[in-house]
Amino acid sequence: MSRALLILFAALLVCLSVSIFGENFIASRYAYYYDILITIGINVILAASLNLVNGYTGQFSLGHAGFMAVGAYTSASWSNHLDPYIVGWLGGAGSPFATNVAFLISMLLAGILAGVAGFAVGVPSLRVKGDYLAIVTLGFGEIIRVTILNTDFVGASRGLSVAGSYTNLFWTYGSVLVCVYVVLGLVHSTYGRGFLTVRDDEVAAEAMGINTTKYKVMAFVVASFFAGIAGALYAHFKAFLTPEGFNFFRSVDVVVFVILGGMGSTIGVVLAAVMLTILPEVLRALSHTQFVPPAYQGLLENRLILYSLLLIILMLTRPQGLFGDPGAIRKRFTRSGGN
Amino acid sequence: MEDLLKLDKCTIKFGGLTAVANFTMEVGRRELVGLIGPNGAGKTTVFNMVTGVYPPTEGDVLLGGEPLNGLRPYAITGKGIARTFQNIRLFISLNVFDNVRAAFNLHLEHGPMHALTRGRAFSKEEREIENRTLELLKIFNLDRHRDVMCKSLPYGDQRRLEIVRALATKPKLLLLDEPAAGMTPTEKSNLMRLIEFVQETFDISVLLVEHDMRVVMGICKRIYVLDHGVAIAEGTPEEIRRDPKVIEAYLGEGPGG
Amino acid sequence: MDRLLEIVQQLVNGVSLGSIYALIALGYTMVYGVLRFINFAHGDIYMLGAYSGFLLAPFFSHFFRFGEFDTFTPQNTLFILSGAGLIMVLSMAICAVIGVLIERIAYRPLRQRPRLNVLITAIGVSLFLQNITQYRLGADPKAFPQLIPVHVVEGLGNLTILTSQLAIIVATILLLFFLRLIVMRTKMGMAMRALSLNPTACSLMGVNNDVVISFTFALGSALAAAAGILVSMDSPSINPLMGNLPGIKAFVAAVLGGIGNIPGAALGGLIIGILETLVVAIGFPQWRDGIAFAVLIVILLFKPTGLLGKPEREKV
Repeated sequence: MSRALLILFAALLVCLSVSIFGENFIASRYAYYYDILITIGINVILAASLNLVNGYTGQFSLGHAGFMAVGAYTSASWSNHLDPYIVGWLGGAGSPFATNVAFLISMLLAGILAGVAGFAVGVPSLRVKGDYLAIVTLGFGEIIRVTILNTDFVGASRGLSVAGSYTNLFWTYGSVLVCVYVVLGLVHSTYGRGFLTVRDDEVAAEAMGINTTKYKVMAFVVASFFAGIAGALYAHFKAFLTPEGFNFFRSVDVVVFVILGGMGSTIGVVLAAVMLTILPEVLRALSHTQFVPPAYQGLLENRLILYSLLLIILMLTRPQGLFGDPGAIRKRFTRSGGN
Repeated sequence: MEDLLKLDKCTIKFGGLTAVANFTMEVGRRELVGLIGPNGAGKTTVFNMVTGVYPPTEGDVLLGGEPLNGLRPYAITGKGIARTFQNIRLFISLNVFDNVRAAFNLHLEHGPMHALTRGRAFSKEEREIENRTLELLKIFNLDRHRDVMCKSLPYGDQRRLEIVRALATKPKLLLLDEPAAGMTPTEKSNLMRLIEFVQETFDISVLLVEHDMRVVMGICKRIYVLDHGVAIAEGTPEEIRRDPKVIEAYLGEGPGG
Repeated sequence: MDRLLEIVQQLVNGVSLGSIYALIALGYTMVYGVLRFINFAHGDIYMLGAYSGFLLAPFFSHFFRFGEFDTFTPQNTLFILSGAGLIMVLSMAICAVIGVLIERIAYRPLRQRPRLNVLITAIGVSLFLQNITQYRLGADPKAFPQLIPVHVVEGLGNLTILTSQLAIIVATILLLFFLRLIVMRTKMGMAMRALSLNPTACSLMGVNNDVVISFTFALGSALAAAAGILVSMDSPSINPLMGNLPGIKAFVAAVLGGIGNIPGAALGGLIIGILETLVVAIGFPQWRDGIAFAVLIVILLFKPTGLLGKPEREKV
């Protein structure tokens, strides 16, 4: 086994140990922080995966929440309907082995189905570029949401309850580790340079023998897979899903992580995801202190107003985000719109 | 000498405009051929046709007898045609080393799964590629700049890097699109030597589009002349130099312009 | 005969809805024409138009007696229309100014930068407009004041067309007429057309590109505001997020007609409006929002330049 894989497994083991020994302690005594930790993990997965598409490959996707939804609802359906059989067969509901294996299966299914959705969306969409791609992916994200809204089997507008809150620190941060490993491992190789060439100059990339379509679709599928995993984790964390939770604004959330972090920097987007998950909580705490006049308290609590201002200011002053390469941002989108 | 590249009565029309009409051209193995003509004659369009950016409206593009019509550019590069661009198109977010390394993707044995498992075969191939990249860079005196961002390189070095990158795809035919543009006379002389060196050392054919007559006449064995999309002359440099149609097309520019 | 009536009825509904989309789509297409940029925040100008009307109306409601008339009569028609018209014109003016300000502050500094940046900025502006409105005026839907009496138009037999729908259609026709006048017959309109073809040549010819761009934004915003007022006369509930869906659908309409093409935007709007109405009429109301997205995907796959657009080639 290669050294890289060994390191990954070691990290996963550490994660598992922390979870086995510390999970219940943290969850009961520091429930508030525990929740934030899980949310951070989910957001990191979303950000790192989207970064592969938007950052490294330079394709502007605005529909990531749609794939998260596919994953969430898939794993929820699995847990709700098939779990009892699997769990019963493996040792009963009291056996952690049984429930965890069932959850692992449901996560993988979520990822695979989301990946398939990513392929189905990616192949037609990636024929167009720039603004058009952004709108098309937005459109697909909405189509997914509207489809869920109209599907009774998954609760439609009433929402869907999820049986079993299986999400814990191990699964969450284990997935984070795998996701970051996959993204970094892919990109930092000769093969992976291909993604960057697609971002920098598609015409030149093709002239150097690089099948740009293959790379774009691959980035899309891998990203969607992990969005699905994040969705599965989310479903078994919140235990209740509504289509509204996967709308355009959710996609924008993730896009903000990627932009703030610097497109094409995994460390950057991870940090950005962490920061922006904690920020609303910090602001909420701050708004109740005496530092902030009462008139502005509501303003601080409104995450979206701040995000929007952040986006505008960032684009005007520091478009490369925290860790991005300013030179790489240039030339990304040329004059042609759809072709 | 058998033909490597053949354009057989190729025509490209963009809407109502005919950019290239009924153009026939051959490039043999290990030949250095030039393509010249006044501005707007259609030279870069011919390049784009050969490399698959635009398919010919009529006619065939053949490589070693095999038709290339309709293939996507990356596939054509896979068949052995590489190019440089009139306006340098390096990968701006990558450094010198990675620009060349990226071009080795074409002949990569391993795929994404290997990049994830990072086994011994993967490491071995990565090392090989690294060595070959450095070798290439060294030949062209760019190895000491390997970590420099390519956009920080001086202009002449950027042009050289583009050629090195194209060579990394192991082409049989190299298309150079106005490589001397913006160069000083000394740089141009160096470029001429470089192109001849590349052609011999890598045992390939070169098709050169260039405005500078001294460069073209100096190194090309045969030259095609295009004007308004139509071939008006073909022959050795001496023949072209004396051809009245060519002189007229350039409106008094003449050789050395 | 009943079938025919039903079809005409739905067509009228569709044209009425489509007119709203057309008015918004025009703003998208004009801005894209001069800047090659999709103004994500445009749909929220439509919302601001509605809210402008909502905030302005109380000041004039005493004089124009909004809400006091039950039906149109030959005596009061002119009076009612001038009241509604005034509110509409004022809202259009306010939103024109807002549009110009947004362009100045958020988009102009980024004009030399890659378009990805300005797209993200536009998303930011859109979110900001929605949420600041939500913050200051509340997220709950508000009741738009009744500017004109809404009742079935008399004398059309079994055809149920509301006065509000008639107002939408007539107003749109008038606005389109004036737009054509401006674009085709004025110097500014000519400058807009020239700018969309070749910005460099334009500035070399002495055109102040910035002024033309500001004018384009003003024009597009005014039309969107008009749409906001008109739609609120028909369906009087307004909320800060009301610009999202119509905005996206209008964008699809602009793409359908050929982005950058003015008649195309109007055509696209009508088609989308009619399609949406038909989808509901044949019994699939839950897909009314999805149909626009489906159309978008179909166009982008098969004819990205739209019905009336021209292809643009990338120079290699």
